Amino acid sequence: MDLETFVIISVIKIVAGVIILLTAVAYSVWLERKVVGHIQNRWGPTRVGPFGLLQPMADGIKFLFKEDLTPPHVYKPLYIAAPMIAVIFALTSISVIPIGNWITIGPIHTPLQITDVNVGLLVVLGITSLGVYGVALAGWSSNSKYSLLGGLRASAQMVSYEVSLGLSLIGVLIMAGSFSLRDIVDAQGGTFLGFIPRWNIFQGQFIAFFIYLIAAYAETNRIPFDLPEAETELVAGYHTEYSAMKFAMFFMAEYANMITVACLASLLFLGGWHGWLFGPAWLQEILPVFWFLLRVFVFLFIYIWVRGTLPRFRYDQLMAFGWKFLLPLAIANIIVTALIVALRS
Amino acid sequence: MLHLILFLVFGAICVAGAVNLLVQTHPINSALSLIAVMGSLAVEYLLLGAEFVAVVQVIIYAGAIMVLFVFVIMLLNAGIEERTKGSRVALLVGVPGVVLGSLLGAWVLLQHSGASSVSLGAMPGPPKEIAQLLFHDFLLPFEVTSILVLIAIMGAVVLAARPESVHVTKKEG
Amino acid sequence: MVPLSYYLILSGILFTCGVTGFLIKRNIITIFMSIELMLNGVNLSFVAFAAQWHTLSGQIFVFFVMVVAAAEAAVGLAIIIAVFRTSETLNVDHINLLKL
Repeated sequence: MDLETFVIISVIKIVAGVIILLTAVAYSVWLERKVVGHIQNRWGPTRVGPFGLLQPMADGIKFLFKEDLTPPHVYKPLYIAAPMIAVIFALTSISVIPIGNWITIGPIHTPLQITDVNVGLLVVLGITSLGVYGVALAGWSSNSKYSLLGGLRASAQMVSYEVSLGLSLIGVLIMAGSFSLRDIVDAQGGTFLGFIPRWNIFQGQFIAFFIYLIAAYAETNRIPFDLPEAETELVAGYHTEYSAMKFAMFFMAEYANMITVACLASLLFLGGWHGWLFGPAWLQEILPVFWFLLRVFVFLFIYIWVRGTLPRFRYDQLMAFGWKFLLPLAIANIIVTALIVALRS
Repeated sequence: MLHLILFLVFGAICVAGAVNLLVQTHPINSALSLIAVMGSLAVEYLLLGAEFVAVVQVIIYAGAIMVLFVFVIMLLNAGIEERTKGSRVALLVGVPGVVLGSLLGAWVLLQHSGASSVSLGAMPGPPKEIAQLLFHDFLLPFEVTSILVLIAIMGAVVLAARPESVHVTKKEG
Repeated sequence: MVPLSYYLILSGILFTCGVTGFLIKRNIITIFMSIELMLNGVNLSFVAFAAQWHTLSGQIFVFFVMVVAAAEAAVGLAIIIAVFRTSETLNVDHINLLKL
């Protein structure tokens, strides 16, 4: 493949990836409002379009037309830059996430991934680490006590649970032997005993999956770990002083992070895009995407289900849980996995 | 050609960030310039082929150490720094002296450079080979640095703790 | 193909900016950040030499420098917080008494 074709295909993939991710963000907001509504014995959005499906569009128009108020005592450069930082890092992590196998369209044979970096998993972890800046700088630049406290709490929580998140992924790495996301998924192909698929969650990373789940809830500031943005505690935490489009950017960044985390969990623990293939050749190339999206949907549904069901942790309980329980458990998981892999080979 | 262009672009960002760190008066701006320097340094490492080092630079330096700096700047409410007699003297003497020294160093380096040049991705650093070296040849430094980090954690907790809480535990014990 | 001396000159520029910052700045935290800048400049020359001599030990040493920098940043910032608690200022020219 020569240089121009490669550049054109990459640009197409980037544009398609961003559009799909933003649409997925909008409709995961819809999904959350519907599911939480039904859990709370009410309907959720029903009026705008059938089943309220055009509600995200109405919300987008509302955010565009709201008054964009900049309070007078904020530190302007960082106040304006912080939501942009949050959204940029949330959208960048889609670049190494594969959604399917290789596809062949005419003369072009290309993977369904913007770029397959050797150290893809570490790139996602790095972007997660950089996402803390959006929250911290937003809280500080707003120059208000609720924002500063919320921003500090949120960033301390994100930094603490990043450690457990990273450590829970090391078990998967030991079993796959590579940092590249495509290689990790390829190592989960096939079945053993004839019908149990060789997903990492069935191959002993069950505890690691739950550590990852809990750490992901804390990383994305979702219930039960959403004290930094709870209304009854801190007005709205780090995005108190933000209105209209800037608030919408934080909102989008949170849901985009949720989707990224769901994609990672599907790739690393639930077998990626492996599933039942049937039909003609073109269908066999599209079906893995469908299986992958199904797993991401299930993970997002669990996210929203937990949000509608559990109460939130108090801040000291949250930090104690992250450092005193999850971290030792993750380290124990690494030790046991490494022992088993070393003794087996 | 592309290697040279990429090197110059990201090298320019590094130098601009470093100079901005010196020029800015508010520490939060200096911290953000330093984060930009670390990001472009990660790209420079990638150009040399050290992929694992580049990603670790982003995760640890830009993603953890600088977050710590930003936290402390936010917590201590550091404001714009004031100019004192000492800083005026240091500016008058220090900047020309350092510029002179660096020009001398650059001239000596260029004189003795010879024909050595590095190509794009010269030394590939895949994690597997780095792990081989780290756990076989460099095992002792690895273990010693892990003990160092443990000592640093304990030291930081003790130093930053409020003085009353230390006395309270002494009374109880 | 980029000559090795270009990488070393970039590393030298970063290091000298770090030294300059260490000498002329008066805020403790900015002085600390200049130290981190110096360490980053040194890391770049380690990786450049590793590329020239085709040995991975240069990259391994970068890890150790990063770990030491992290430990030093943590302890140093804890000391800064402790000093700030008693002297209420972050300007090094005003923290000039042996007894706080």
